[in-house]
Amino acid sequence: MSDIVSTLQQRFAGVTSSEFRGQTRVVVSKSDAFAALQLLRATGGFDLLVDITCVDYLNYRDAPNRFGLVYLLANTATNERLTLRVFLGEEDLTIPSVVSIWKGADWLEREVYDMFGVELTNHGDLRRILLPEEFTAHPLRKDYPMQGRGERHNFPVLARDRA
Amino acid sequence: MPLALAETRNLAHDEAQDFVWTLNFGPQHPATHTTLRIVLKLDGERVIDAMPDIGYLHSGFEKIGEHLDYNQYVTVTDRMNYISPLANNIAWHGAVEKLLGIDITPRCKYARVILAELARISDHLVCNGAMGLDTGAFTFFLYAFNQREVLYDIFETLCGARFTNSYTRVGGASHDFTPLVIEKIRAFLKNFPKTLDDMDRLLKRNRIFHDRTKGVGLLTREEATNRSCTGPVARASGVTRDLRKDEPYLAYADFDFQVPCMKTGDCFARYWVRMAEIRESLKIVQQALENLPAGPINVGIDERTTLPDKRQVYQTIEGTISHFELTMANRGFTVPVEESYAAVEAPNGELGFYLVGDGSDRAYRARCRPPSFIHFAVFPHLIRGHTLSDVVAVLGSLNIIAAELDR
Repeated sequence: MSDIVSTLQQRFAGVTSSEFRGQTRVVVSKSDAFAALQLLRATGGFDLLVDITCVDYLNYRDAPNRFGLVYLLANTATNERLTLRVFLGEEDLTIPSVVSIWKGADWLEREVYDMFGVELTNHGDLRRILLPEEFTAHPLRKDYPMQGRGERHNFPVLARDRA
Repeated sequence: MPLALAETRNLAHDEAQDFVWTLNFGPQHPATHTTLRIVLKLDGERVIDAMPDIGYLHSGFEKIGEHLDYNQYVTVTDRMNYISPLANNIAWHGAVEKLLGIDITPRCKYARVILAELARISDHLVCNGAMGLDTGAFTFFLYAFNQREVLYDIFETLCGARFTNSYTRVGGASHDFTPLVIEKIRAFLKNFPKTLDDMDRLLKRNRIFHDRTKGVGLLTREEATNRSCTGPVARASGVTRDLRKDEPYLAYADFDFQVPCMKTGDCFARYWVRMAEIRESLKIVQQALENLPAGPINVGIDERTTLPDKRQVYQTIEGTISHFELTMANRGFTVPVEESYAAVEAPNGELGFYLVGDGSDRAYRARCRPPSFIHFAVFPHLIRGHTLSDVVAVLGSLNIIAAELDR
């Protein structure tokens, strides 16, 4: 486990690692993220992409940036897990897609795009997945209210007598 | 192989697609079980491509998770994979306890193991039963649902709810096992294997079932891992990963059980793996029930992590204080400003929660890793080249639960 982390630290500048409840997490800069994930897949043996998710750190204490993408990786041979995090600023919400590394990333990245508005470049089929196409907001962002912004309220209602 | 046939055909030009027609499958169709929609591109009866269109049941569970506290959200997890809600409860509070650093009591660990395995049996019975129903085996379905009713009766005796159990609490459970529950589980363990044998015999050498499921929806081992498959879907393709063995959580390290695997990766393999897992689950329940540790099911009330039961609240001063501390705003748990991921081997695959704590009693982010969502993404790959009637067999074998798919 520690050797793959040190490999990452040698290859890419500014890689920090931390541990919490037995889980190793590394933070990689945005420009190195794709290469780091490629390295983890090819030489680290992390063949299972468990999950991709995103966290909006709008109101979070000591957050380094607005958004944090989280890649949860697992090695099916050794049962190691690694969490890779990438921080994205609001000014440039694009990051290369990892569909070319793990096909399982397809829908997971579409969900991240749908819910947070992070643009995954080179994805090939980046459409909304859970919400309707005409939806404009990204509802898991922290500045989106729980009740919605009237999407439901302003929905045209078809009364029974006029149906 | 039909798989190669459709994939080699060149569909780049419009004139080459003259023979292609489109079929809208769902969102309301008896074989989709819930509201999910697939747009199928067909050449005669052969499926050239499938485009799943999901989101009809999207209800913002992850957004709600940021507004409910750690004990309240368990009611929402019931509604994710609603055919095995106990497994979701256990996954959710397992993740919360990992974030909070709570070590639950041995009795609670065993109780959760027993209920997780009973939930697995119930889930597999529904999945295989519905798959049998979709491929024409109606009797099998009735046998399966009859036994599921027995399991629901056990859950009802335990916690009062048949379907949406909301059984776990942070650091414990809402109800302890009573002698009546144990008696009912014992009776189930005694009677169920005979029915399971009957069910097995109904389909094991059934020609129609074999023709409908063998060689259909092939998934290779490499593809399974590359497409993030876990659970019975991956194990039917030869992946041996099972979190109960590989990362033993709760008390799974104490029990003797096997992880059934198949190498063929077709619908029949997925059916067979689920049937074999039911037998292994029975073994685990048997062992856990006979060795159920004595002692409290909740973490002690002095630690102020678990909601005390009503008798303690009304009759002891510690219980009253503890209840007050946990339920009042600005009190409650001590949550680290940290992030953690914890997963369990749910009936459908790896069900995990990625939690971000911000010091308050609500999760800052409650991400669920839904196995149905990931398995449904594989569906177009599995169905390409097969016939329209195979759509229901493949859907049934993947066990897609739309509530978990859309959340």
